[in-house]
Amino acid sequence: MSLIRSAKNAVTPGGRHGVSRRESRDAIGHAVSALNTFAQSNLIDRLGMRKTSEQAVYQATKSGFKAAGAAGRTFSRSGSGEKQGARVPGAPKKGVFDLTPTEDEQSLVEVVADFATEALRPAAAEANETCEAPDEILRSSLEMGLPILGVPEDLGGIFGERSAMGATLVHEALAKGDMGLALAVLAPGAVSTAISLWGTEEQQQTYLPAFTGDAVPSAALALSEPTVLFDPLKPGTKATRDGSGYVLSGVKSAVVRGATAELFIVGAELEGKPALFIVESSAEGVRVEADPSMGVRAAGLTRLHLTGVRVGSESLLGETDGTTYVEAVRLARLGWCALAIGTGQAVLDYVTDYVKTREAFGEPISHRQAVAFMVANIAIELQGMRLVTYRAASRAARGEDFAREVALARRICTDKGMQIGLDGVQLLGGHGFVKEHPVERWYRDLRAVGVMEGGVLV
Amino acid sequence: MIYLETPKKYKVLAEQAHQTAMNMLRPISRKYDIAEHEYPKELDMLSAMIDGLNDAGQTDGAGATGVRKTEGAIDGVQNGANLASVLGVKEMCWGDVGLTLSMPRQGLGNSAIASVANDEQSERFKGTWAAMAITEPATGSDSASITTTARRDGDDFILNGEKIFVTSGERADSVVVWATLDKELGRAAIKSFVVEKGTEGMKVERLEHKLGIRASDTAVISFTDCRVPVANVLGSPEIDVKQGFGGVMATFDNTRPLVAAMAVGCARASLDLIHDLLEDAGQTVDWDLPAYNQTAAVAKYVQMESDWEAANLLMLQSAWMADNRQPNSLEASMAKAKAGRMCSDVTLSCVELAGTLGYSETELLEKWGRDSKILDIFEGTQQIQQLIVARRVLGLSSAELK
Repeated sequence: MSLIRSAKNAVTPGGRHGVSRRESRDAIGHAVSALNTFAQSNLIDRLGMRKTSEQAVYQATKSGFKAAGAAGRTFSRSGSGEKQGARVPGAPKKGVFDLTPTEDEQSLVEVVADFATEALRPAAAEANETCEAPDEILRSSLEMGLPILGVPEDLGGIFGERSAMGATLVHEALAKGDMGLALAVLAPGAVSTAISLWGTEEQQQTYLPAFTGDAVPSAALALSEPTVLFDPLKPGTKATRDGSGYVLSGVKSAVVRGATAELFIVGAELEGKPALFIVESSAEGVRVEADPSMGVRAAGLTRLHLTGVRVGSESLLGETDGTTYVEAVRLARLGWCALAIGTGQAVLDYVTDYVKTREAFGEPISHRQAVAFMVANIAIELQGMRLVTYRAASRAARGEDFAREVALARRICTDKGMQIGLDGVQLLGGHGFVKEHPVERWYRDLRAVGVMEGGVLV
Repeated sequence: MIYLETPKKYKVLAEQAHQTAMNMLRPISRKYDIAEHEYPKELDMLSAMIDGLNDAGQTDGAGATGVRKTEGAIDGVQNGANLASVLGVKEMCWGDVGLTLSMPRQGLGNSAIASVANDEQSERFKGTWAAMAITEPATGSDSASITTTARRDGDDFILNGEKIFVTSGERADSVVVWATLDKELGRAAIKSFVVEKGTEGMKVERLEHKLGIRASDTAVISFTDCRVPVANVLGSPEIDVKQGFGGVMATFDNTRPLVAAMAVGCARASLDLIHDLLEDAGQTVDWDLPAYNQTAAVAKYVQMESDWEAANLLMLQSAWMADNRQPNSLEASMAKAKAGRMCSDVTLSCVELAGTLGYSETELLEKWGRDSKILDIFEGTQQIQQLIVARRVLGLSSAELK
């Protein structure tokens, strides 16, 4: 099959460079193709036929690496694999319709919002270029306790009860600074929260001390895969039983900060049902490849290749009947909704200032309904996104069923989030298209919502 | 503590309203859609029942009457009359919007009275069924430029002008009429007057034939030297240039969440039915499956449901803010804008999804597709809501953003 395809490619243009297989070359097409091959050849450069400035610097510093997983620490095992780990209780149910966050949530969000404004936003443009989060930002995020939002208080965490609502507010506040950097600082928390929610005593005692200590590991929840019409509940990555352990094979994509991650939680199908596995980066057969994408570049997205990776029986996280996995998918989607709201708010605030100062035809463009109504619609839809997400998050925090609510949140945050990104650029016109303003970055970031699975988890 | 479910306090109210809508309104829904100007006599029985529940303290204001803001400090987070009202109206409009609008003593005029009347007036107009008369043949959204005049004459005002689109204008006991004391003074001179039925000089000219909500009578009313006592002016009878339009416009902060609730209820009716019809056709929703892996029909359903959810919560937010004495004009306009456009999309898409079955009068989908249109128009059109939201968000005056 692949042989036939490559042979066909020699004469037809389809299947490469985003060209459909249905395309064909005519005489002019063949001539142009030949000319292009010549234009790309080094020969003309050696002959001095081209100015050096025309040489494309093709390899971006960070975009081309392929490496084995980061040389991670050894996590020393302790505790019992038979015993259920510590669990945080659900949030209480008072039965009064209320939009006010708790005092704990408010004070946490205040701190995080300052961090987003003062640290994330100023660092965002550069981090987008370098495809990595600056060390000082990662360090500050640890000091703020971001990786342990979902860890039980007994095990050194922050909240005494289920923190899905508080974490949602934190995701939102961080993404208002920058979605890519928010993702980078939140990724380890996705792993620690998952281990807190579903881990055995052994899994919690083996891994959580690292998160609550000084040297917090870089870690990632890897659920996405690079396939068309990807259904997260039917991962192509397979786990097979091997003695008392498992062997994992497959490719995960959009893995946050994979290059430095010491720990992954990987989604894989085991005997027809999706399940989660804890994989240490030092395991044989783990390979990480840079996968720079349209947006959220500061999160250092990678592909994680698993080739016959052997893990022990203690690496299975939660149930094998798919229930743990589907809850992880839902809680991750909730995190992405919160990120969309934060970035959406950044767009709204930015365009509000811009349209009031930008003048055309002798007055601020905000004085025109065509412009003002776009801003109004951003405000309306953004608040709708926020409320739908909050409802899902608060249900999750109380331990109630939230399948419907999170699906609706994902739908509306995908649809309206992208619309907000689109309108954000449109309202600035040509200025929105250049990197002098952040709206083009937000546009790229907002496309991630609805595409991504995993990465964050509330 | 963020909690966005139906408040425990009003669960019973919402369930009662739902049962009433299902068993009283739905069975006569098509009947009065066809018999356009016939009085739905069944509603008298219903209204007696609601009065009974009210007097027994069962409802805390199921209709438009419970929106009065009381003064004084509040203790903790409140779930009060505003939330109760929108929850009740939503369920009743799930039954039938036109019939809900025809419910005795639940008119929008009652909201106006509840919002701006003084204590004496509230007492005197208790139990009245009040319609609302703002729009004129040449003045719609631009309600500040109405031409109906009110001239002071001793202890009376004399009204002259013509009002259109008066919901329940024929059936109501009284009409709250907007008129200007002095056209030169603009908004500040606009006052609202309670004109009781049978007042000399007030005449119902005709009833409109409409696209939807046909169970509700929509009247054209003329005022010719119509004499109204000063005591029937809602709010101060003096022109206060500083206070301006605020007095009468404040009504909208209370009525817009109600109209949003109507849209949310009407759209829910379509969604509930299409859910069943799709299921019968083998189309079931899988909440976890990405949209692109669902059938187009199911993907559309999920999108509609998500817009509905947003509208519902925006609507509840605006009512909750009123209950908690927070200024809510921005949120009320957001709710109405979102609910209005959502309801149009949902009801019309449900007709499309059901094909000729949806288009036919054998189902109510086509009726809801017609009823929904008015909800994006009355109490401020979609565009007026956007204008209000835009001015608020951008901090612009009506002179800057026209």
